[in-house]
Amino acid sequence: MTKSLRPAVVLLGAQRFDPSLGAAVSELGVTGRIAIITAGWQEREAEDEELSAHLGDRTVNLQLHARGDALFREDPALRDAHRERQASLRHRQDFYRIRLEHELEADRVICTRTAPAEILAEQVQASLDGIRELDQWHLRLCARIRTEFEARWDLANRPSVVRHRQEIAEILSGCDAVAIAGGHVATLVNRLVLFGIADLVQHHTVFAWSAGAMAISDRIVLFHDSPPQGPGASEILDAGLGLIPGVVVLPEPERRLHLDRKDRVQRLVRRFEPATCLALPARSRITWRDGVFSSAHDVLQLRPSGRALAFGVRPRRVSAS
Amino acid sequence: MSARLAIHKLIDGRIDAGRIQAFLHGRKFPIVEGTSVTFVWMGHADSVQLRHWIFGLESSNALSRVPGTDLWYLTLEIPPNSRVEYKYEIHRGGHSGWIEDPLNPNRARDPFGANSVLQSEGYEDPTWTNHDPVTRPGAIEPFTFESNALGRRTGHLYLPARFRRSRQYPLLVVHDGSDYLKYAGMQTVLDNLIHRLEIPDMIVAFTDSPDRLQEYANDERHARYVTEELVPDLAARFPLYDQPQARCIMGASFGAVSALSTAYRYPGFWGRLLVQSGSFAFTDIGKRNRRGPLFDRVVEFVNTYRAQPKAVSERVFVSCGVYESLIYENRSMVPLLSATGMDVRFVEARDGHNWENWRDRLREGLSWLMPGPLMFIYE
Repeated sequence: MTKSLRPAVVLLGAQRFDPSLGAAVSELGVTGRIAIITAGWQEREAEDEELSAHLGDRTVNLQLHARGDALFREDPALRDAHRERQASLRHRQDFYRIRLEHELEADRVICTRTAPAEILAEQVQASLDGIRELDQWHLRLCARIRTEFEARWDLANRPSVVRHRQEIAEILSGCDAVAIAGGHVATLVNRLVLFGIADLVQHHTVFAWSAGAMAISDRIVLFHDSPPQGPGASEILDAGLGLIPGVVVLPEPERRLHLDRKDRVQRLVRRFEPATCLALPARSRITWRDGVFSSAHDVLQLRPSGRALAFGVRPRRVSAS
Repeated sequence: MSARLAIHKLIDGRIDAGRIQAFLHGRKFPIVEGTSVTFVWMGHADSVQLRHWIFGLESSNALSRVPGTDLWYLTLEIPPNSRVEYKYEIHRGGHSGWIEDPLNPNRARDPFGANSVLQSEGYEDPTWTNHDPVTRPGAIEPFTFESNALGRRTGHLYLPARFRRSRQYPLLVVHDGSDYLKYAGMQTVLDNLIHRLEIPDMIVAFTDSPDRLQEYANDERHARYVTEELVPDLAARFPLYDQPQARCIMGASFGAVSALSTAYRYPGFWGRLLVQSGSFAFTDIGKRNRRGPLFDRVVEFVNTYRAQPKAVSERVFVSCGVYESLIYENRSMVPLLSATGMDVRFVEARDGHNWENWRDRLREGLSWLMPGPLMFIYE
């Protein structure tokens, strides 16, 4: 029997109103302390009483948001540089979005045209390739900006950062698992990266929901099919921690995705393939271990056919009667 | 064959006081039956007119009296999703007066008083315009400002709930600020849209003018006051993002002209523009527009802009009601604005030149110009 490369990672849907985290923790037999990360809640990070009670009051909050604020107070040069980098990333995101919206609009127009099937298929594929290429380009750009920043400011050895990382490592050494809550995904992933959480949780079971689940994937996709300003366009934000490679995490599908729109679902799947697109409704959960998913509860997998099916259900061909 | 209208069912039978009372009882007025809308007034008069502000229809339409009664009615075809503000003009004994519809409790207020409101089939007050008890309210405070350009100015400043000095905020400047607060419920709208994550936490300066027809008609002093005096003062006192994308200026009617002309005088400074039912009067020949001398300076500005349009901002949201005469001018502006390379979105509504029209477009406009963290927050 081969030894597991790392402990399990559990992805969950929204936990706000009817949490299923406790059941997931019990199922994996985690009995020790659990470190919680609520940095996505930003200034409300410390308001974790309900979460802690749900987990049996055996939690310790790593306070990554407050640590970030403290770190920047202690190290104003790093704070200014970080703020400058964030502004630079926002600019890049804006320009990426401009290009993306035009690519998606071209795709939409092409899909409505009448043409011989083979020409249409070729052109639709070309549109899709263009969108995928743009996504990849943006991901590479974000990665380069982050890498350059970390190298320039030598985060791995910078005393102000190292001190916090050591403190976090010490706390984690007394914990069996880490629970990463949802919230603001950009804030969350920034804090996770700043404090090197990917390396520090290698030997911990990880439970992550909503934005937390997005942040530990290898590619964070922002999405909403019907935002108030008009038809929504899914966009890449950045790379996540990469704890579960090859998965696009889509929480809150109940209010963010038109899963009944086969064309939209199909396009989303094809855009990110070969990654697996998982929609995580409230109370859903799924366990990932060594590249294999198991114990899926109410998780939906978006399929190339344009359908969203319960994870593990093989799509059936429907023949016309 | 379509169903007979309620008023016809009444008229076609024998009319007596009991049947009229039954007709009036427990019914919403005006009576909306598909696209047919029946306006009803009950009382003694020589004649009754419906007065409304729908451009394209006769502004005065006579109601008919049901013979032998004091019941008056008029049926019009009104498209779905319309909002129409109206009054009745009652003529009696050589006198006349305008009144609100006593059978319709729905009112819209404006600086001139109030109008009755018809909501046609499909129209509903947007939920985000109503007070939501779970929404945390922002703080609003009056301010005075000693302007070198214009002397003492007044207005109100809005700070979002959970305002923190450690954060940075975008800035929105609103012309006719007190009217937007009073008649478009803009504080409630901001509170709700922020709570729903549809717009970011923002600081809003609601500015007022004691002489808007002068100062909003492409007045250099006003543009200087807002851009060179008010914004730097706010930036010194509050943590504002120092980027055009985080600065929006908006207004309606003459306030929209002022927003555009201010951005025109400071190109690139205001990265976001929201112009509602802009009074963008222009001429294709000559200098005098049919709207009269009040518009002369507006016409001069808009003609200049039309002759040499230029990008003054990054994103411009334009809205206008199709029942207002300015729809022509606004539709004419959109291709000009777009041709400069600015990102322009134009939205029409079946509504008139009024504050609730401008209120109803705020969500789409603000969330497009300055999207909130909705795409970033997954609880």
